[in-house]
Amino acid sequence: MGLAREHELHKRRFSRNLGLGLALVGLVAVVFGLTVVKVSTEEFTEPLSTVPFTGADAEQ
Amino acid sequence: MTDASLNSSAPTAAHISDGGFSDFFALLKPRVMTLVVFTAFVGLYAAPGGIHPLVGAIAILFIALGGGASGALNMWWDADIDRIMKRTRKRPIPAGRVTEGEAFGFGITLSAIAVTMLWLATNWVAAAILAFTIFFYVVIYSMWLKRWTPQNIVIGGAAGAFPPMIGWAAVTGGVSVESVLMFAIIFMWTPPHFWALALFMRSDYDDAGVPMLTVTHGRKSTRLHIIVYTLLLAALAVGIGFTSVGGPIYLAVSITLNAMFIKGAWQIWRRTEDDAEADNYKVEKSVFKLSLYYLFALFGAIALEAGLAPFGLGGW
Repeated sequence: MGLAREHELHKRRFSRNLGLGLALVGLVAVVFGLTVVKVSTEEFTEPLSTVPFTGADAEQ
Repeated sequence: MTDASLNSSAPTAAHISDGGFSDFFALLKPRVMTLVVFTAFVGLYAAPGGIHPLVGAIAILFIALGGGASGALNMWWDADIDRIMKRTRKRPIPAGRVTEGEAFGFGITLSAIAVTMLWLATNWVAAAILAFTIFFYVVIYSMWLKRWTPQNIVIGGAAGAFPPMIGWAAVTGGVSVESVLMFAIIFMWTPPHFWALALFMRSDYDDAGVPMLTVTHGRKSTRLHIIVYTLLLAALAVGIGFTSVGGPIYLAVSITLNAMFIKGAWQIWRRTEDDAEADNYKVEKSVFKLSLYYLFALFGAIALEAGLAPFGLGGW
């Protein structure tokens, strides 16, 4: 049997857990936003391994 | 282990006080963080070239987080003297709301996140300066200088001076004369700012045994140091007005503010301890307050020059 759901520990640490949860959600949003910006810039180059191989490449 | 045995051995709320989110936030020294955020923003905004607004905002966020993390590590290390000083007694660790171990773990984790994220968002130079800033504040200042030499504030002030350099490096990927001069302004500003505080928070540093200049060299010598450093600061702060980040607006603001700061420092120097006690350190307190506005206004003027430059108004 796990800890009782309404254990006083949960009440005691509610604000800490809520804050941590929101901070983690914020971090995910930041990383997502950063990724979108990075891949949208002209400097971004796709790694060669992800570029599909075409017949034209073989003829060169 | 059963639920019952686990619960019976668990401490109760009556004798343990878990820190809430606000206590952990307080470990980041939010008031100091405002200065970090603002000066880092100015460094980033005034830097030549451009940065995507979101990347810029993320860079400032993680510079602030790195600064906050070093604040948490400082509170972890200084918990013993924070319990003694009146000014710091209510901080989360001395008040018993956060344990020293929690503060240490919190500070180290946030430091790693801040440096890594700044690197990913911008470049390694900015991240390296941030890492060095955290190291400098925690190890060089808190662990070594603070309790060892009365020059603690002078050298330790460098830690608070790095944010505009980091902001600048986030855009340019390097260090330049302008960013070093912005660093130098905060570096030279810190001693007179803190010594004014030390003059009217007299018993705190004495009680904690921190070798502040007021304790080791006396209050008269501290007053002399304040005027000397203020004069050096003024020369530097006006001088930066002639570089690429300065301009007529900055120069006007800088000359006015430095004249006010010098006047205040002069008054502090001319006063005796009896004069100060008679009016409850009125001049020292007003100079301390002025020093806060001084830095914000000076960096605000640099930002204004940068903001007006695209319209052909800012700069020289």
